[in-house]
Amino acid sequence: MTHRIPPGTRDILPTEMRELRRLQGALSAVFERYGYGEVATPTIEYDEVLARGDERGAPVAYRFFDSDGGLLALRTDMTVPIARLVATRLAATDPPFRLSYFANAYRAVRPQRGQMGEFAQAGVELVGAEAPDGTAEVVEVLSAALDAAGLTRAVIGLGDADLYRQLLAELDVSGERLDRILELLAAHDLVGLEREVDALGLDARARETLLRLPNLRGGAEVLEEAHELGGAAVERATQRLAATYAALSDRGVAGRINLDLGLLRDLGYYTGAILEVYDPAVGHVLGGGGRYDELVGRFGRSLPAAGFALYLERVHIAQAEEERLGSREEAPA
Amino acid sequence: MRLGTVSGTRARGDGPLKLAVPRGALLEGTLDLLDRIGVDTAQVRSESRALVFDTDDVVLVTMRPSDVPTYVEAGAADVGITGKDVLMEQSERIVYELLDLGYGECRMVLAARRGDDALAEAEQRLGAMRIATKYPRAAERHFQESGRRAEVIEVKGSVELAPLVGLADGIVDLVDTGRTLAENQLEVREEIATCTARLVANRVAHKLRAAEVDELANRMREAAR
Repeated sequence: MTHRIPPGTRDILPTEMRELRRLQGALSAVFERYGYGEVATPTIEYDEVLARGDERGAPVAYRFFDSDGGLLALRTDMTVPIARLVATRLAATDPPFRLSYFANAYRAVRPQRGQMGEFAQAGVELVGAEAPDGTAEVVEVLSAALDAAGLTRAVIGLGDADLYRQLLAELDVSGERLDRILELLAAHDLVGLEREVDALGLDARARETLLRLPNLRGGAEVLEEAHELGGAAVERATQRLAATYAALSDRGVAGRINLDLGLLRDLGYYTGAILEVYDPAVGHVLGGGGRYDELVGRFGRSLPAAGFALYLERVHIAQAEEERLGSREEAPA
Repeated sequence: MRLGTVSGTRARGDGPLKLAVPRGALLEGTLDLLDRIGVDTAQVRSESRALVFDTDDVVLVTMRPSDVPTYVEAGAADVGITGKDVLMEQSERIVYELLDLGYGECRMVLAARRGDDALAEAEQRLGAMRIATKYPRAAERHFQESGRRAEVIEVKGSVELAPLVGLADGIVDLVDTGRTLAENQLEVREEIATCTARLVANRVAHKLRAAEVDELANRMREAAR
């Protein structure tokens, strides 16, 4: 007889667990070195707490009632619970807060595509530090964490969450058209985007800006190219990115940054800088993050903040792939 | 081995870009396009049994068109070519759609028996149409978006059969010339989409191998005009 486990969950056996713990230990040492103390929060939260943090965010996988009829949900990430924590338990303490975590989170996904409904995240949150310096510190910790995991080829994508909303507002695009264009940008459907942009009847310059921006990615030259496109919204985003990039150069981590004006994150609470993590050995995103200057305010304490989360299992897969590629290169031809 | 350089970031020593090439109806148009951008396709045209072909500038990996999004999403192929119909049906796959290549044009349509009102009657009297298709998700979405309810029946073989023997009131399928429909006494009732070949890219490859992906896309854009 088979006793099933819920779709999107899995058991972990000792060999894998040992490697995951080793990875976790390496990351934990980096977080501690930068002064990020580890916290834990309940796996279950009141549904209204999660919704307050992120109304158009990650889909909740499991909801249930407690004995008093309160609606509970399994957390979809650690950023919202930590925002709650900072605004409540730490209300009497002065910022900045440097917090780290290793925790499982839960999201509604289609498990047949190999996505997990339950997954382990490792991350940090820096609450009470403004852009660009706070952002740069978080990226520096992320970069050190990737090195500690042995992913020395990993790249950090850096984009701007406010760019397209501000640009489209400047171009007077609103309502359904706006949603449609944001959806196409998020899916990176450039063919559909061109069709939709043509239907707007914009002038040639605005059209070129909207169609070229999603393709601008690479090193510092990207900022120059964006600047040439012009327009107030693009200029503001470019300035924000340039300031972050300069702060990253000061910290010596600009070398692994891929500036990306086509970057969009799926969570609703981001403002300003957004991050994604890639490794050339795997086709999936290993983690992400960014600034969320308004999130803690939704819990009643207005503080600027930034953070990142790595998907522990995906980082582990990347380690294994890098190891495999490395041993292949070392082997005699 | 050729080293791809990523502007501003780092070199990656993983060889040339891998391009997923669709076998079947799109193969001929794809090989013609590759010839026009200077990729040597002689091997693909001759050895039909092999699946992977090294050329001077890209590695060609041949597969069923419906497998292209799977390979590209996973990064097993960096870029790929497939039909818009496949992308519509597998819209949950995360691949970047970079370019409309123009060839392989066909229409996704709703068709029903000529001179027969089964479709409208089913909708009005029974509240739902029975639709046979090889594209259940694209069909479902089309009816949802137009506020109608359809019972979508997935079939694998000749879809035209379904309304002839009463399995369905209508079909959602791809038509090229429309001859197969006509031969089976079917006619087009609604156009859902025009489908052509598209260039897609893996999300990570699009970012980490930006210069190579853009260069390939630009060559294809020029040649597809």
